[in-house]
Amino acid sequence: MSDSLIEITGVYKSYRRDSLAIPVLENISLTVGAGDFLALMGPSGSGKTTLLNLIAGIDRPDRGTIRIGGIEIGSLSESDLARWRSRHIGFIFQLYNLIPVLTAVENVELPLLLTPLSKRERREHAELALNVVGLSDRMRHYPRQLSGGQEQRVGIARAIATDPTLLVADEPTGDLDKASATEILDLLGRLNTDFSKTIVMVTHDPRAAEQARTVRHLDKGILV
Amino acid sequence: MRHKLRTILTVVGIAIAILAFGMIRTVIAMWYSGVEASSPNRLITRNAVSLIFPLPVSYRNAIVVVPGVTEVTYAQWFGGIYIDEKHSQFPQMAVDAATWFKVVPENRISETELAAFLRERNAAVVGIQLARRFGWKIGDVVRMRSMIFPGDWDFVIRGIYTGAKKTTDETLFFFQWRYLDEQLRRLESWRAGNVGWYAVKIADPDRAASISEAIDRRFKNSLAETRTETEQAFVQGFISMSDTILVALRIVSIVIIGVILAVLSNTMAMTARERLSEYALLKTLGFGARHLVLLIAGESLLIALIGGAAGILLIGPTVDGFAVVMTSTVGAMFPVVGVSAATRTVSLLMALGVGLAAAIFPSWRAATLKIVTGLRRIG
Repeated sequence: MSDSLIEITGVYKSYRRDSLAIPVLENISLTVGAGDFLALMGPSGSGKTTLLNLIAGIDRPDRGTIRIGGIEIGSLSESDLARWRSRHIGFIFQLYNLIPVLTAVENVELPLLLTPLSKRERREHAELALNVVGLSDRMRHYPRQLSGGQEQRVGIARAIATDPTLLVADEPTGDLDKASATEILDLLGRLNTDFSKTIVMVTHDPRAAEQARTVRHLDKGILV
Repeated sequence: MRHKLRTILTVVGIAIAILAFGMIRTVIAMWYSGVEASSPNRLITRNAVSLIFPLPVSYRNAIVVVPGVTEVTYAQWFGGIYIDEKHSQFPQMAVDAATWFKVVPENRISETELAAFLRERNAAVVGIQLARRFGWKIGDVVRMRSMIFPGDWDFVIRGIYTGAKKTTDETLFFFQWRYLDEQLRRLESWRAGNVGWYAVKIADPDRAASISEAIDRRFKNSLAETRTETEQAFVQGFISMSDTILVALRIVSIVIIGVILAVLSNTMAMTARERLSEYALLKTLGFGARHLVLLIAGESLLIALIGGAAGILLIGPTVDGFAVVMTSTVGAMFPVVGVSAATRTVSLLMALGVGLAAAIFPSWRAATLKIVTGLRRIG
């Protein structure tokens, strides 16, 4: 690990339900070094997914700053933030979130459409990413033709296709059986150790946390 | 094509609506075809009281010397019955054979046939569409009775005219006015010597108003005062009797567009609702609102375009079939049948407009979607 990639300082976040403001995160300060593998754990409703969303730039804090790679992402406009996400963030979802009418390789190519790569180059990058996750023989399969573990591998391939600065994973094994979950966690571990990917993972599974180098706990919106 | 049935039904709905829209526009256009076919340098002089009252044939000599008038012809409605009333839905007129085709040159006839028409008292000239409809040829004898004049009338076809323009009526039946007049002098002499209206050719269309006034002034305070107007205004007068129907048809055509807009909007709204999580995913990956708007608008336009194109392709055959059915049931109501390029263009623009309008709300929804809200929908 090296210098801090993520620097979170004094972050507050609340959501509105009708006229009620419900605090979700309170005075969160956290640093994550480049090349680290951080697991965020906590009970349901503790705010871990909210914190992940803020780090990924898909939500904004009410107060505080979030710097990633030296950029204070809270100050970016919506379009700049979208552009920043496309270059720096690879998001892995609990329910994979693949487009059902696209094949595996086409799903992986999606984020590459925002790059200046040619069609041939995009296809090469996508195939490489699928190769890394061990799915080169399933490129032309549709999501409905894949198992849950395979779908998540495609999701991971899509996340790494653009070689992002940071991988964020929201309960990546939450919908998988034990064997598939182990495969996915091993894969994430390899991405961290072999490819030096910085990973922030939300999980409530202790086995998943074992893969991480650093574990932090959230309880009622506060880092403990 | 995730919901093939829904997409297909939407496309079919749009096709039917565009077909109906195009058909209504075409029927309205066919109604107005007489106005379009009107000549700007032709006036119609009729009895000021009503068209059903005749004018003396002697008026011709007075009209032809009015400054600005180059030629005058006349005609009398015959009201004939050929075989039966169902077969008789075509105009029959007794005309001044010597001058008719000079004043109405868009009824094109060969010199040989015109000479034959002039030679025989009971000669007739018919439009080519009429001839095709009944299988008439040169030399055929056509027998008619009239609802207006007594007796049986035998005509020999000596000429078949074609229209100079697409809008020219090719379903008319002409015979010599002097044949009618001779018979009337024999059977009902008190009705002889009269015509239904005059068609007046003028040199300068810009002087139509002043020449019309001059003609009417000539016969003011006579037993048969005249009313002279441009041919276009004359034809428009007939159409205005059906104004209410035509306005209603126009309203219906707009309502049809409104209906398909609702149909396509519903389809796009349902589609967008089902794909909110995917839009959230795309935003997560870095796609902006602009991309989503283009995606949704593109899909909506594609559906509208396919449906619209199918509808437009069907307008022509449907109009032709409609004309055949109408002719075989109530007779040839519309002498000029055809779908104009303007109708096809407007129909296409309507389809595209519907495609764009239907995309507005789902595009707005996708563009303003908060990513976390959209992602929550997947559980």
